[in-house]
Amino acid sequence: MLILALDTSSSVGAALLDGERLLAAEQHHDPRRHGELLAPAISAVLAAAGVDRRELGAVAVGVGPAPFTGLRVGVATALVLGEALGVPVHGVGSLDALAATALAAGRGSLAGGFVVAADARRKEVHWARIAVDDASDPLSGWRRTGGPAVAAPGDVPTEGLPAVGRGAELYREALPGPADGAPSGPPSDGAALPTDPDPGVLGALVARRLERGGELLAPQPLYLRRPDAVVPAALAGR
Amino acid sequence: MSEPLVLGIESSCDETGVALVRGTELLGHAVASSVDEHVRFGGVVPEIASRAHLEALLPTLRRACEDAGLTLADVDVVAVTAGPGLAGALLVGVAAAKALALALDVPLLGVNHLVAHVAVDVLVSGALPERSLALLVSGGHTELLDVRSPSGDARDLRVELLGQTLDDAAGEAFDKVARLLGLPYPGGPHVQRAAESGDPRAFAFPRGLTAAHDLRRHPHDFSFSGLKTAVSREVEAHRRAGGDVTAPAFVADVAASFQEAVADVLARKAVAACRERGVDVLLLGGGVAANSRVRGLLAERCEAAGVVLRVPPLRLCTDNGAMVAALGSLAVAAGLGPSPLGLATDPGLPVTTVVV
Ligand SMILES: [Zn+2]
Repeated sequence: MLILALDTSSSVGAALLDGERLLAAEQHHDPRRHGELLAPAISAVLAAAGVDRRELGAVAVGVGPAPFTGLRVGVATALVLGEALGVPVHGVGSLDALAATALAAGRGSLAGGFVVAADARRKEVHWARIAVDDASDPLSGWRRTGGPAVAAPGDVPTEGLPAVGRGAELYREALPGPADGAPSGPPSDGAALPTDPDPGVLGALVARRLERGGELLAPQPLYLRRPDAVVPAALAGR
Repeated sequence: MSEPLVLGIESSCDETGVALVRGTELLGHAVASSVDEHVRFGGVVPEIASRAHLEALLPTLRRACEDAGLTLADVDVVAVTAGPGLAGALLVGVAAAKALALALDVPLLGVNHLVAHVAVDVLVSGALPERSLALLVSGGHTELLDVRSPSGDARDLRVELLGQTLDDAAGEAFDKVARLLGLPYPGGPHVQRAAESGDPRAFAFPRGLTAAHDLRRHPHDFSFSGLKTAVSREVEAHRRAGGDVTAPAFVADVAASFQEAVADVLARKAVAACRERGVDVLLLGGGVAANSRVRGLLAERCEAAGVVLRVPPLRLCTDNGAMVAALGSLAVAAGLGPSPLGLATDPGLPVTTVVV
């Protein structure tokens, strides 16, 4: 089945897969331009793979937790694509996608378990703790044992595990990486550890969970935080 | 061949609107509002509005199609508000519109929200007037526009911003005064109700930017913050004098006097602009058009000045998808667009940009 995978939790990316097999992908890191970059990326991956949109069998989307504005671009896009094409839309946690992406990068240094941390802005991170059962199987060889949650970098219960992801990169003192000091960054830079979920891995994760079971979520944002809104003094207590 | 079916999406503030228009005929229409979720904050909270847009997206899309008896497969063009408006709110509608354009393989049109308030009139009257002024008053904006379309369609549609509010939008002034008077949000309907039994001459509230020296610099601009401050001072004075500021008679008089001041300034400035520019059609748009005193006074003054006042049905005055589809339809007929899939939202989109 052809799956279109989208993630706008940190970078903005689209990937096209046939089951777990990647056909085409595009990913940009530009946290202020999700709304501009996503639709052209979708169009580009369909064209690159020579696939007509009507051949899609499902849409997969990262549902965060992540900064709200960008996250909603991905979820709104996925919802409407699903509606207009008549295909199901499956949500998956963006931190799960980041964990699978990190393991797919083939780092033995993560085999003892790790923490994924994404930038939640306002000096906080979105984090999850990952126990690894089989480091050679990035899609199923691990479990989440903590999170997803939002916390100050120093308050993440890492249990001494190394941390990966953009949130860890930003706060290395509180969230040290693997002891071998592998550089992290976008795969295009030749770095060994990813900073953001790879849309191709996200799509493969959904394909795997559709096949074998596993957590698939409704296509709606995992906000974790309440909206910033203050009830004016004059209205409080009414 | 029949004209293209245009689906319009609006999400610039707290209304999620979707509508289907063919030519100048409104075929289906649905609006979801998050107004109730903003009540306890006394104003629109952008993050709450954005969340509500996402939740309302598919239900509103479905309702609009049902209302029209059509399906998404019938849609030929997708039009969407690209700005001006709340950044996060605009993004939801634009992402949805792009996805729809992609999925249906049809052109996308990013259009201007303010011009759409003007264009909605074609659903009522069939064509744009060659020349008109538009007074747009809502909780989010207060503008006076000069609109030219010599051919009656969008080919040569030129919109000029004559004036705007320098501080609060007119609808915001209603909200703030409602709060001062202990009336609920949104202020418009509650202030109007309270004003019914009040004396509009009880208090001489200021008419912003109508003094001679202000008129030289800001002939067509508006300002409502001074009016709000004057109301606040009156309420405070009443309280200090030992009066009950929630007494119905007091509230009614303040509400009526405030409402009169707003209506007077709007009507005075709009009619003066018509006279100055030699324009004999005035179009009213925005949620404040729901205020009967604003409508009434405008009608009175327009008639005296020989200006035809056009007010679309109320459901088309407040933010909605029909106005977006209407402008989209005009734009398609005139060969404007399409917009690229990389279309950016623009919270401050100037009114001179009709299609992005
Ligand atoms: Zn509006």
